Amino acid sequence: MTITKADMAQWLAQEIGCSKREAKEIVNSFFEELKEALLRGEDVKLTAFGTFEVQTRQARQGRNPQTGDTVTIPERRTIRFRPSQALRILTRAYGR
Amino acid sequence: MTRSQLVQRLATKKTSLGADELERGVKYMLKNLAARIARGERVEIRGFGSFELRHRHAREARNPRSGHLVHLENRFVILFKPSRELCHEQMITPKRTTAACEQTT
Repeated sequence: MTITKADMAQWLAQEIGCSKREAKEIVNSFFEELKEALLRGEDVKLTAFGTFEVQTRQARQGRNPQTGDTVTIPERRTIRFRPSQALRILTRAYGR
Repeated sequence: MTRSQLVQRLATKKTSLGADELERGVKYMLKNLAARIARGERVEIRGFGSFELRHRHAREARNPRSGHLVHLENRFVILFKPSRELCHEQMITPKRTTAACEQTT
Protein backbone atom coordinates (compact mmCIF):
# COMPACT_ATOMS: atom_id res chain seq x y z
CA MET A 1 0.00 0.00 0.00
CA THR A 2 1.17 3.46 -0.82
CA ILE A 3 2.07 5.60 2.15
CA THR A 4 0.39 8.99 2.26
CA LYS A 5 0.24 12.04 4.49
CA ALA A 6 -2.57 10.37 6.45
CA ASP A 7 -0.17 7.62 7.54
CA MET A 8 2.43 10.19 8.52
CA ALA A 9 -0.15 12.08 10.58
CA GLN A 10 -0.99 8.88 12.41
CA TRP A 11 2.66 8.25 13.30
CA LEU A 12 2.96 11.81 14.53
CA ALA A 13 -0.17 11.63 16.67
CA GLN A 14 1.11 8.40 18.19
CA GLU A 15 4.53 9.76 18.99
CA ILE A 16 3.64 13.09 20.53
CA GLY A 17 0.11 12.37 21.67
CA CYS A 18 -1.67 15.14 19.83
CA SER A 19 -5.02 14.90 18.10
CA LYS A 20 -5.24 13.47 14.61
CA ARG A 21 -6.49 16.75 13.31
CA GLU A 22 -3.54 18.60 14.73
CA ALA A 23 -1.17 15.97 13.37
CA LYS A 24 -2.65 16.38 9.92
CA GLU A 25 -2.13 20.12 10.07
CA ILE A 26 1.49 19.69 11.11
CA VAL A 27 2.19 17.25 8.29
CA ASN A 28 0.59 19.64 5.82
CA SER A 29 2.59 22.60 7.06
CA PHE A 30 5.74 20.51 7.06
CA PHE A 31 5.49 19.85 3.33
CA GLU A 32 4.27 23.39 2.72
CA GLU A 33 7.42 24.79 4.36
CA LEU A 34 9.58 22.34 2.46
CA LYS A 35 8.01 23.35 -0.80
CA GLU A 36 8.28 27.05 -0.10
CA ALA A 37 11.98 26.77 0.70
CA LEU A 38 12.59 24.89 -2.55
CA LEU A 39 10.63 27.43 -4.55
CA ARG A 40 12.77 30.16 -3.00
CA GLY A 41 15.71 28.23 -4.40
CA GLU A 42 16.93 27.06 -1.03
CA ASP A 43 18.26 23.54 -0.50
CA VAL A 44 16.70 21.60 2.35
CA LYS A 45 18.70 19.14 4.37
CA LEU A 46 16.80 16.68 6.53
CA THR A 47 19.14 14.80 8.83
CA ALA A 48 19.01 11.00 8.57
CA PHE A 49 16.70 11.28 5.57
CA GLY A 50 18.21 13.21 2.70
CA THR A 51 18.73 16.51 0.93
CA PHE A 52 16.47 18.23 -1.56
CA GLU A 53 18.42 20.39 -3.96
CA VAL A 54 17.28 22.84 -6.57
CA GLN A 55 19.21 22.41 -9.77
CA THR A 56 19.21 24.73 -12.74
CA ARG A 57 19.36 23.26 -16.21
CA GLN A 58 20.85 25.65 -18.75
CA ALA A 59 18.90 26.78 -21.75
CA ARG A 60 19.83 24.75 -24.80
CA GLN A 61 19.00 24.20 -28.44
CA GLY A 62 16.66 21.34 -29.09
CA ARG A 63 14.69 20.10 -32.03
CA ASN A 64 11.03 19.50 -32.55
CA PRO A 65 11.15 15.80 -33.44
CA GLN A 66 8.09 16.11 -35.67
CA THR A 67 9.08 19.07 -37.81
CA GLY A 68 12.83 19.11 -37.30
CA ASP A 69 12.75 22.82 -36.42
CA THR A 70 15.36 24.11 -34.06
CA VAL A 71 13.86 25.44 -30.87
CA THR A 72 15.39 27.03 -27.82
CA ILE A 73 14.58 25.18 -24.63
CA PRO A 74 14.60 27.82 -21.88
CA GLU A 75 16.46 27.52 -18.62
CA ARG A 76 14.53 25.47 -16.14
CA ARG A 77 14.82 24.05 -12.69
CA THR A 78 14.51 20.59 -11.24
CA ILE A 79 14.52 19.21 -7.76
CA ARG A 80 16.97 16.50 -6.94
CA PHE A 81 16.72 14.30 -3.91
CA ARG A 82 19.86 12.76 -2.49
CA PRO A 83 19.24 10.17 0.18
CA SER A 84 21.41 10.44 3.25
CA GLN A 85 24.07 7.86 4.01
CA ALA A 86 21.76 6.39 6.65
CA LEU A 87 18.92 5.95 4.18
CA ARG A 88 21.23 4.39 1.61
CA ILE A 89 22.44 1.88 4.13
CA LEU A 90 18.83 0.99 4.90
CA THR A 91 18.10 0.57 1.19
CA ARG A 92 21.06 -1.73 0.75
CA ALA A 93 19.31 -4.53 2.59
CA TYR A 94 16.42 -4.52 0.12
CA GLY A 95 16.23 -7.26 -2.47
CA ARG A 96 18.82 -9.46 -0.87
CA MET B 1 17.38 25.04 5.43
CA THR B 2 17.83 22.18 7.86
CA ARG B 3 15.37 20.00 9.69
CA SER B 4 15.64 21.99 12.92
CA GLN B 5 15.13 25.28 11.10
CA LEU B 6 12.07 23.85 9.45
CA VAL B 7 10.73 22.70 12.81
CA GLN B 8 11.31 26.16 14.22
CA ARG B 9 9.22 27.64 11.46
CA LEU B 10 6.50 25.14 12.24
CA ALA B 11 6.66 26.03 15.92
CA THR B 12 5.92 29.67 15.21
CA LYS B 13 2.74 28.62 13.42
CA LYS B 14 1.61 25.84 15.71
CA THR B 15 1.39 27.58 19.02
CA SER B 16 -0.31 24.68 20.78
CA LEU B 17 2.77 22.48 20.54
CA GLY B 18 6.26 23.18 21.79
CA ALA B 19 9.32 23.14 19.57
CA ASP B 20 10.70 20.13 21.45
CA GLU B 21 7.59 18.10 20.84
CA LEU B 22 7.49 19.07 17.19
CA GLU B 23 11.14 18.19 16.79
CA ARG B 24 10.54 14.76 18.29
CA GLY B 25 7.47 14.22 16.13
CA VAL B 26 9.15 15.26 12.89
CA LYS B 27 12.20 13.11 13.67
CA TYR B 28 10.00 10.11 14.25
CA MET B 29 8.02 10.79 11.10
CA LEU B 30 11.15 10.95 8.94
CA LYS B 31 12.59 7.86 10.57
CA ASN B 32 9.45 5.91 9.74
CA LEU B 33 9.36 7.28 6.25
CA ALA B 34 12.98 6.26 5.62
CA ALA B 35 12.33 2.75 6.93
CA ARG B 36 9.28 2.30 4.73
CA ILE B 37 10.95 3.58 1.57
CA ALA B 38 13.90 1.28 2.19
CA ARG B 39 11.49 -1.61 2.53
CA GLY B 40 10.31 -0.97 -1.00
CA GLU B 41 7.06 0.79 -0.14
CA ARG B 42 5.94 3.66 -2.30
CA VAL B 43 5.36 7.01 -0.63
CA GLU B 44 3.15 9.58 -2.28
CA ILE B 45 2.76 13.08 -0.92
CA ARG B 46 0.04 14.86 -2.84
CA GLY B 47 1.20 18.19 -4.15
CA PHE B 48 4.81 17.47 -3.37
CA GLY B 49 6.10 14.29 -4.95
CA SER B 50 6.63 10.58 -4.60
CA PHE B 51 9.42 8.24 -3.56
CA GLU B 52 9.96 4.72 -4.75
CA LEU B 53 12.68 2.16 -5.20
CA ARG B 54 13.93 1.35 -8.66
CA HIS B 55 16.01 -1.58 -9.66
CA ARG B 56 19.36 -1.02 -11.34
CA HIS B 57 21.05 -3.83 -13.21
CA ALA B 58 24.60 -4.77 -12.49
CA ARG B 59 27.03 -3.01 -14.83
CA GLU B 60 30.63 -2.12 -15.33
CA ALA B 61 31.35 1.53 -14.64
CA ARG B 62 34.37 3.74 -14.32
CA ASN B 63 35.56 5.80 -11.46
CA PRO B 64 35.57 9.21 -13.14
CA ARG B 65 38.55 10.37 -11.14
CA SER B 66 40.92 7.44 -11.50
CA GLY B 67 39.46 5.86 -14.61
CA HIS B 68 39.45 2.45 -12.97
CA LEU B 69 36.84 -0.05 -14.02
CA VAL B 70 34.49 -0.94 -11.18
CA HIS B 71 31.81 -3.55 -11.04
CA LEU B 72 28.41 -2.39 -9.81
CA GLU B 73 26.16 -5.15 -8.52
CA ASN B 74 22.41 -5.36 -8.96
CA ARG B 75 21.01 -2.70 -6.71
CA PHE B 76 18.08 -0.50 -5.82
CA VAL B 77 18.10 3.27 -5.89
CA ILE B 78 15.60 5.73 -4.48
CA LEU B 79 13.74 7.74 -7.05
CA PHE B 80 12.07 11.00 -6.12
CA LYS B 81 9.65 12.44 -8.60
CA PRO B 82 8.42 15.97 -7.91
CA SER B 83 4.67 16.35 -8.38
CA ARG B 84 3.21 18.31 -11.23
CA GLU B 85 1.86 20.91 -8.80
CA LEU B 86 5.29 21.49 -7.34
CA CYS B 87 6.70 21.83 -10.84
CA HIS B 88 4.04 24.20 -12.05
CA GLU B 89 4.61 26.73 -9.37
CA GLN B 90 7.99 27.73 -10.67
CA MET B 91 9.24 26.33 -13.92
CA ILE B 92 10.47 23.21 -12.28
CA THR B 93 10.59 20.29 -14.67
CA PRO B 94 9.33 16.95 -13.47
CA LYS B 95 12.48 15.26 -14.52
CA ARG B 96 13.06 11.89 -12.95
CA THR B 97 15.94 12.31 -10.64
CA THR B 98 17.64 9.30 -9.25
CA ALA B 99 20.13 9.17 -6.52
CA ALA B 100 22.54 6.43 -7.29
CA CYS B 101 23.65 4.46 -4.34
CA GLU B 102 27.10 3.05 -4.71
CA GLN B 103 26.05 -0.07 -2.97
CA THR B 104 26.17 -3.78 -3.55
CA THR B 105 22.97 -5.69 -3.15
